[in-house]
Amino acid sequence: MEAADLIGLLVIGCAAGVVSGLVGVGGGVLFVPGLVLFLEESQVEAEATSLFAVVVVAAVGAYRQGGYGNLRLRDGLLVGVLSPVGVAVGVVVANEVPERALQISFAAVQLFFAYRLARRAMRGRDEAPSEA
Amino acid sequence: MSSRHLRLAAIGTAAGAFSALFGVGGGTVIVPLLILWLAYEDREATGTSLAAIVVIAALGAGAHALYGNVDPLAGLLIGAPAVGGVLAGTALQQRLPERFVSAAFAVLLVASAAVLMLS
Repeated sequence: MEAADLIGLLVIGCAAGVVSGLVGVGGGVLFVPGLVLFLEESQVEAEATSLFAVVVVAAVGAYRQGGYGNLRLRDGLLVGVLSPVGVAVGVVVANEVPERALQISFAAVQLFFAYRLARRAMRGRDEAPSEA
Repeated sequence: MSSRHLRLAAIGTAAGAFSALFGVGGGTVIVPLLILWLAYEDREATGTSLAAIVVIAALGAGAHALYGNVDPLAGLLIGAPAVGGVLAGTALQQRLPERFVSAAFAVLLVASAAVLMLS
């Protein structure tokens, strides 16, 4: 591995962590291309390795948010534990529904959420401010 | 089971289904649903989402490990700087306006929808 690749991994890893902490996602969206680009992993290897890194990063992030009073652990674990049910549903749906229809449906759902969240953001706080 | 628990169960199922269908991480589904459907505050939604993601990613990584696809050294190489990043990200989030997460997600979801439509 060359120095440039190592620097690339450091930068993209760090960026993935910051995004993860800021908005509560795992960071795989940056880990996967980083591993493909700088370590020449295959797509499958990169996804597998990314999941491994996500476990560590999300655990640290959740722990820190717990310290800030922003973690409902039981809720989070319930969501996580039931995700395999969804994976099974997703595999069935993927085989029954045309891909283009799925893409358009999911994009529509995302745009609806985006609209609702943008309105919420513009309204500002509507509850008592919590001074941290 | 209360309706609250049913909603959480539905969110877990949706997160799993969307990640299987579109390869998106669960977080892009979990955070908006916790905010819009369960009236979570923004930061709470992100912290709770990360806890869910630990479980989801651990199950996924475990399954991949059975096939020998996980490269732990590479994972640490990219994960170690990410741990630094997540410490900085969570600390920074506490100093940003409460509704920053909603605003950021509005942008992120529009971008993601555009990518889906154009793919």
